[in-house]
Amino acid sequence: MRFYIRKLVTLASTVLLVSVITFLVFQVLPGDPAQIVLGVDADPHQLAELRRTMGLERPAAERYAAWIKEAAAGDLGESLRYHRPVKEIVAERMPVTVSLALMSLGLTLLIGIPLGIYVARQDGKFSALLLSALTQLGLAVPSFWLSFVLILLFSVAFKWFPSFGYVPWSENPAQAFRSLLLPSLALAIPGIAVVIRYLRNTLLDQARMDYVRTARSKGLRERAVMYRHILRNSLIPVLTIVGLLIADTLGGSIVVENVFALPGLGNLLITSIGTRDLPLLQTMVLYIAVIVVLINFIVDILYMVIDPRIRLKR
Amino acid sequence: MMKWKQLIRSKLLVIGASMIALLFGLMVISLFYTPYEPNAMNPAMRLAPPQPAYWLGTDNFGRDIFSRIMEGTQTAFLIGLLSVAIGLFCGLIIGAVAGYAGGWLDEILMRIMDAKLAFPGILLAIMLVSVFGPGLGNTIVALGVMSIPAFARISRSGFIQYKEFVFVKAAKARGAGPLRIVFRHILPNMTSPLIVAASLRFSGSILAEAGLSYLGLGVQPPDPSWGRMLSEAQPYIVNAPWYVIMTGAVITAMVLGFNLLGDGLRDAYDNKG
Repeated sequence: MRFYIRKLVTLASTVLLVSVITFLVFQVLPGDPAQIVLGVDADPHQLAELRRTMGLERPAAERYAAWIKEAAAGDLGESLRYHRPVKEIVAERMPVTVSLALMSLGLTLLIGIPLGIYVARQDGKFSALLLSALTQLGLAVPSFWLSFVLILLFSVAFKWFPSFGYVPWSENPAQAFRSLLLPSLALAIPGIAVVIRYLRNTLLDQARMDYVRTARSKGLRERAVMYRHILRNSLIPVLTIVGLLIADTLGGSIVVENVFALPGLGNLLITSIGTRDLPLLQTMVLYIAVIVVLINFIVDILYMVIDPRIRLKR
Repeated sequence: MMKWKQLIRSKLLVIGASMIALLFGLMVISLFYTPYEPNAMNPAMRLAPPQPAYWLGTDNFGRDIFSRIMEGTQTAFLIGLLSVAIGLFCGLIIGAVAGYAGGWLDEILMRIMDAKLAFPGILLAIMLVSVFGPGLGNTIVALGVMSIPAFARISRSGFIQYKEFVFVKAAKARGAGPLRIVFRHILPNMTSPLIVAASLRFSGSILAEAGLSYLGLGVQPPDPSWGRMLSEAQPYIVNAPWYVIMTGAVITAMVLGFNLLGDGLRDAYDNKG
């Protein structure tokens, strides 16, 4: 129990720290945020007006406290350009980014885990070497360029999938899946490479453990040793990188959503930079950061639940 | 430091280093010579496919893609080098303070470094650039800031490890000051992990710059940039697929080169130990 309380305290302090950083970057570092919104050669009257609406006459510490208090109460402020609550706008965009992240995570694990097992079992053979080389390539490819290549292959040459746009799930689930498949594949490739590498190394490490020798000397067949003993122990460490994979997917979706013109958070983020919508931008960044922190927290807790050794060690 | 023979034994390292050497050579040549003036337009040759006169074809203004890619190597190396230098310098100082001081200062500094993980991918750079504006200088600073935590973590663990070593205690007993201990006794022992991290952060910076510039938030004209070339190429993806493919392939090659170099160096150092 004490362990979970400590984890919760860490979570709270991380969220607080992340909010401070976000506030500092958008409200303190630029000097005059109103100037950022209106540009360098803005009309002084307009500037004064905007400073009042943004509440800039108050000291930064006071503004930060007010922002956090409102955010905790569920009020995330209003967008300067859309004149609508930020919460509403983000809620509209959220499903796209969440579906993209989940689909890409699904693809990462579905493709990455079998290939990781394969590479470990074929260790030293040519096919495994080839896959390892492809893994290096997967880690080096920019995901948005990969999107172009996928579009060229599957949209232009084979005409299997649309090259841009999004259909909501509620309208047509099959079309929604089709419109998200290429972007989530582009996002998944670096993750797949990470999973293959990580799983291969863990599997090979585990294969040298004593319990594996015991299992073999019991007369278990090689398949049973692999799947019932080695793999089980290797998948637990893989769970720890799932949090990182989701975070990477969210980061990558900022660019990939713009390639495929998907109306998600990443797309909104770039639009709001173009329109200098500072309140919207600030809240969106906080949203993404808090989601990432929460996911890592959940993964941490899951890890403890699955593997009691971690909990007991401390 | 390691012997050259040992380093060459690592195949990854040799492949990676040759790729970087090739691109570096291209950069040096581009300082004096490109087949065409990179910004020279030729309306008669718009979106021409690769051919002997234009090795990688031409873009929508009839500019030679190969010359523009060559010029882009300058920006890529400049951004990689400077952003890694910024990250290394700040990271070393933060890590040294945290590792040497310990206690609550260590706790706070490392918490701040960990908070970077909450801003995934290029989000942190996007935040900085959205406030300070795009451009070569701001991009370098933003990518440098993104690199700080990686170096800070290595430097911190190095300092924690080495400050307890006998040779450091002996130096202290001889009356060496903290600066001398850091520069003469501790830092030389951390060069290998730092070089590996620098190589991997170099490729990270190049990937991030490509993404930022693709979004229009990174390097601005007239500074050449591969990322911006890709965003210019996107509308012509069907009519001139070579434009997109060639430009992205060069980015991938550079990132791959530095990744292989980093992995190869790590393997080489690990095998020694």
